[in-house]
This record gives sequence, C-alpha cells and structure tokens, in this order.
Amino acid sequence: MSIVFFAIAGLSVAGALAAVTLKSTVHCALALTVAFAGLALLFLELDAQFAGFAQILVYVGAVAILVVFAILLTRGSETPKDGVYSTKWLLGLVTASGIFAVLAWAVLHSTWALPGAGGAPKAAPQVTVMDIGNALMGRYVLPLEIVALLLTSALIGAVIVAMHEKEGAQ
Amino acid sequence: MTPATNPLIGYLLVAALLFAIGLAGALTRRNAILVLIGIELMLNAANLNFIAFWRYGPHPELLTGMMFAIFSIAVAAAEAAVGLGLVIAIHRHTHTTDLDQMNRMKG
Amino acid sequence: MIEKADQIFVILAHWLVSFLPVGLQPAALVLLAVVAIIVTFPALFAISVLLERKGLGRMQNRYGPNRVGPYGIFQPVADGIKSLTKEDIVPTSADGVVHFLAPVLLVVVVFMGYAVLPMGRNMTLVNLDAGLLFFFAVGASTELSVFMAGWSSRNKYSLLGAMRAVAQMISYEVPLLLSSLAIVMITGSLSLGKIVEAQNHYTWGLPHWYIFTPWGFAGFLLYAVATTAESNRSPFDLPEGESELVAGYFTEYSGFKFALFFLGEYVGMLSISGLGTTLFLGGWSAPLQILGWVPSWCWFFGKVMLSMCVFIWVRGTLPRLRQDQLMNFAWKFVLPLSLINLMVAATWRFLGEGWERWVVCSAILLLAYTLMGRAGMRQGQIGPRSYRYAE
Repeated sequence: MSIVFFAIAGLSVAGALAAVTLKSTVHCALALTVAFAGLALLFLELDAQFAGFAQILVYVGAVAILVVFAILLTRGSETPKDGVYSTKWLLGLVTASGIFAVLAWAVLHSTWALPGAGGAPKAAPQVTVMDIGNALMGRYVLPLEIVALLLTSALIGAVIVAMHEKEGAQ
Repeated sequence: MTPATNPLIGYLLVAALLFAIGLAGALTRRNAILVLIGIELMLNAANLNFIAFWRYGPHPELLTGMMFAIFSIAVAAAEAAVGLGLVIAIHRHTHTTDLDQMNRMKG
Repeated sequence: MIEKADQIFVILAHWLVSFLPVGLQPAALVLLAVVAIIVTFPALFAISVLLERKGLGRMQNRYGPNRVGPYGIFQPVADGIKSLTKEDIVPTSADGVVHFLAPVLLVVVVFMGYAVLPMGRNMTLVNLDAGLLFFFAVGASTELSVFMAGWSSRNKYSLLGAMRAVAQMISYEVPLLLSSLAIVMITGSLSLGKIVEAQNHYTWGLPHWYIFTPWGFAGFLLYAVATTAESNRSPFDLPEGESELVAGYFTEYSGFKFALFFLGEYVGMLSISGLGTTLFLGGWSAPLQILGWVPSWCWFFGKVMLSMCVFIWVRGTLPRLRQDQLMNFAWKFVLPLSLINLMVAATWRFLGEGWERWVVCSAILLLAYTLMGRAGMRQGQIGPRSYRYAE
C-alpha cells in the first residue's frame, strides 16, 4: 500500500466527511467536488484512465455544477432555522455504522484477504481507448443504446419537471 | 490481514467507508439536496468497487468492471439531473427543501 | 542541421538532465518540461495582453499604450508591478477560504491543460492515450472556479455574473465537444499526437489539415464560436461586461488575485487555441511541404498567436450578445449544426475517395446552415417602434 494511495484515499474520505457534516450547503457541494476529484485520482491510480477522466468530466464538470445551481435556485445557501440535522439523526448514524461494520467484516474475512490470494502483483492491464470503443460497439452495444435512450428521457424529463408552470394553469 | 499482501483490500475498505459516509449523509440531513449528495457519494463508492475489482480480479482484458463503471457514471448523472429538477419543482410549490416538513401527501 | 533546429529543445533538455544520476532522469525531464511551460506561456500572455491593447486601440482609431518604453512594449511589466503592489481587499462578509481558492483553482486547472498539447515534433509533455478527454475534463473544471469566485464575494452582482458565466460555459461546452468529436471519428484516436501525425501528409505540396475539408472547415468555425464563448470573450462577454455588471464575478477581487484571474483567462485562451490548432490547423506541421525546414515549434506557436490575433480582431469588431440571445444561439443554432457536422464527417468517411464526397458534404453543410440561419432570423419580429417617456 503506497503512500500515494493513503494520501488520495485520505483526501476523498475527508471530502466526503466534510460534504455530509458542514453547515453551509454550498460548502458541502464544494467538499463533494473534492471527494469526486479524489475518487478520479484513485481511478487513475488503478490504471483506469478513461474512467478517471470521464469521472472528472461528468462529475466535477457537470454534476457538481448542477448541485450548486440547485442549491442557489432553492435558496439553500440561507441558514435553516431548525438546524441542519434531521430529528432522527441518531438512527441514521447507527444504521450507517452498522452497514460499514458488516461490509468491513465481509471484506476482511473474504478469500481476497488471505495472504497470497492476490498472487503475484498483477501488471497493469494495457487498456487503450480503442479497446473500450470496440467493447462499446461490440459486446456492450445494447447497454450503450439503452443508456442513450435513458439520457434522452432524463433530459426531457428534467426539463419538464423543473419548468415554470404556465400562468393560469392552476 | 495486512492489506500489503493484496492492495485490493485497501480499495474495498475505502469504498465501504465512502458508502457508509454517503448513507449517513442521506439519512441524517434535512435538506433534500444534501440527501442527493449522499446518494451520489454512494454511487461513487460502488464505482470504486467495480474499478478495483476490474484491476485486481481475474480477466481484466474483458473490461467488464470499467464498462460497468462508465455506464454507472452516465446513469448517475441522469439521476442527479432528474432528482435536482424534482427538488426545484417541490421548492417552487412548498417554498422549502426541509424533508422533515414534507410529511403530507396533499399538495 | 534542420533536425537539430527542430529538436533543439528536446536535445537541450536531455543534455541538461544528463548531469543527474540515471534514476532521477525521467522525473527531472518532466520537471524541466513543466518549468518550461510555466515560463513560456505567461510570457506569451504578456505579449498577447500588449497585442490586445495596441490592436484594440488601433481598431478604435487611437494609439494603444505608448508611454512605457518604445511603442509601449514594457506595458505588461508596468501592469505586473501595479497588480503586485496593489492592496488586496477582501470584503468582511466574504467567505475567506473559497474567495482565496477560486483564482488558485483557475490557474492550476488552466496550466494542467498544457500537459497534452503537442508543441512540436516529440515535444508533448505527457503522451496520453486519451489526451483530448483529459483536456476537456480539466477545461470543465474552470466553471467551478468561476462559480466559487462569484458566490464567495457575497455580492449580488458577482453572483449574477457568475451564474450567467457558468450557464454560458456549460451551454457552449457541448458544441465544443461535438465539433472535436468529428476529428476524433475521422482520425480514430483520442491521442493528440496521433491527430497531428494524421494531418502531417502532403498531396501536391498542400497539407492534409482538417480545416481544408468541408466538415473540418465547418467544425473549425463552430469550434471558434464555442471557444470564444468558453473564454467569456467578446462577443460573448456579458458576464464580465463592464457596462452591465461592474466587473462580473471578479468585482471583489483586487491586486494579485485579479491578476491571477486575468492570467488564467488569457492562458486558458492560449491553451484552447493550442488545441484548436492541433485539431484543425495541423498542429506543428508546416503549411507547404517546401517550408518543412522551419522548426515545428515555430509553426505551432505561430498558429497559436495567429488565433490570438483573430480573437482580438473579433473582440474589436463585433457587438456584445445579450444573455438570452447567446443561449438561443448555443442551443438552437450551434448545437444542431455541430450534430449535422458530425454526420457529414461520417458521410465523408464512407463515401470513399473522389470528388463526389466534396460536393455532397459541402452541399449538406451549406443547406443546413442556410435553413437554420433563415429559421433563426424569422423569430423576434420587431414590431413598430414605440417611444416611452417618463410621465
């Protein structure tokens, strides 16, 4: 486990923690962006170049901006009068900790955790963008078309849902 | 159980931690947008799992993990757009994004 | 001799690095290249700022700055000293951390884009397989810094300017990506080095640059429009228009931080012109085969500075577009045309060699442009002029 992995993982986890605990919603959105960037760096560390750059392009370049716009359009940057945490926050925290405990137990007691289960350190798979393109047009052409349809319907749906209602339609 | 023998374990633990943090955020915050932020964190943690297993698992030349992660990124972006559109529409109607106050079905 | 002049920077770098032990050499080479980029492009920024002020001045029938040095050539130095010594005022209600990080983020992200540009033969910093994707990914992060600057100032004008700027930048990002996608489709690779290599061939002494094909020419025009909007330059500079919004999202910045924003904007313009020359104008390849003796990096930087001159020329000539006009333009004209351009590029590929493909592709593009231009102009019928006086 290299120092680079710990540094990037620490950055991601710190960003995620800040994103769920800070009081100001815009600060939460910016911390989320840091978490996304940390995750993109982890993808690059795992030699998944295309996934890493796609993560930055889609998440940092689009989803983060979308979240920020939604916060501004719903007056989320004003301080709420009842506090930022829900009344049932303890239950949520306990549930999340329980799930983390179960997942960590499963990971540490699985066959992957046995010494020698990884075998020799694997060489990085040489994946070019051409391989991804061939896979997308060959084996994964059906998911590709379905995702295209999904994105189109999501685009139209989001516009219709968030559009101003016409005057007099009440 | 030292992760030094298999770097996959480190990545899986980080993904589990991010998932739990996202879940905690989705369950404890009042603002609807912060719940969506928690959901995005959970999706990202799952993506990290996919890519880690692609890299350290058998048959990385099949690109299964990477493909799954790419499609997951696309679907998550679509879901974020629709979810935030819904939050904006609800805010326009009830002038609040506080989830604790949205406990009535009648508009 | 010609190869030596062409590769002079590469040879120099290898010679400098050979003094170090072998283990450190790759890292030292990368570090040297990074230092070279950080030195060269701000120098080009200084030259372009001077060029802009003098050029705009001449276009507006006045001299530009001509006091500092002969013909004003030391004006950038004076500007730099002024920005460094001005007081850095931060409003008390501003969000300190975010206010500080916004220009830093912009400059970091903008310089990262230079890592994949091929500035000459064998002169790319990192030859990534997905180089174009990397460039667009880091370009998409500049919008975040614009928003951070506008929001952290706690100023209604800054926030309004920031929201307008971000809306404009995300609208024009899609045509930017689509017009580059036609190039990727024809070349078959996302690597910028391969795209330049594909354009480095000559027929009858003329080069195979993509701008000389119908879809390449249309793509270049769409790319030029999209980059002008992405850099918030006139005629798309409503977010920073001085007459509308004071200074838009950097109203509350003074001194060195303002200089960083300015630097970031111009260096971003240089980098996106660099990408435009790589994709459409053949990168470092010479225009005519007989001119191949001129070093490749000369051609690259010459083309980039030519693009900057065109940016300045357009700024001095065209009036500013209103926000709704520029959004309409993006979604209803530029985006459909870039989709049609993509399909025309596919048609070009599949019609095979010959004169038919030139005629068919040019005809489709001209037809699309005329029809959509006519349809666009029919909206907004101007009624009879009415005068309203304050009663």
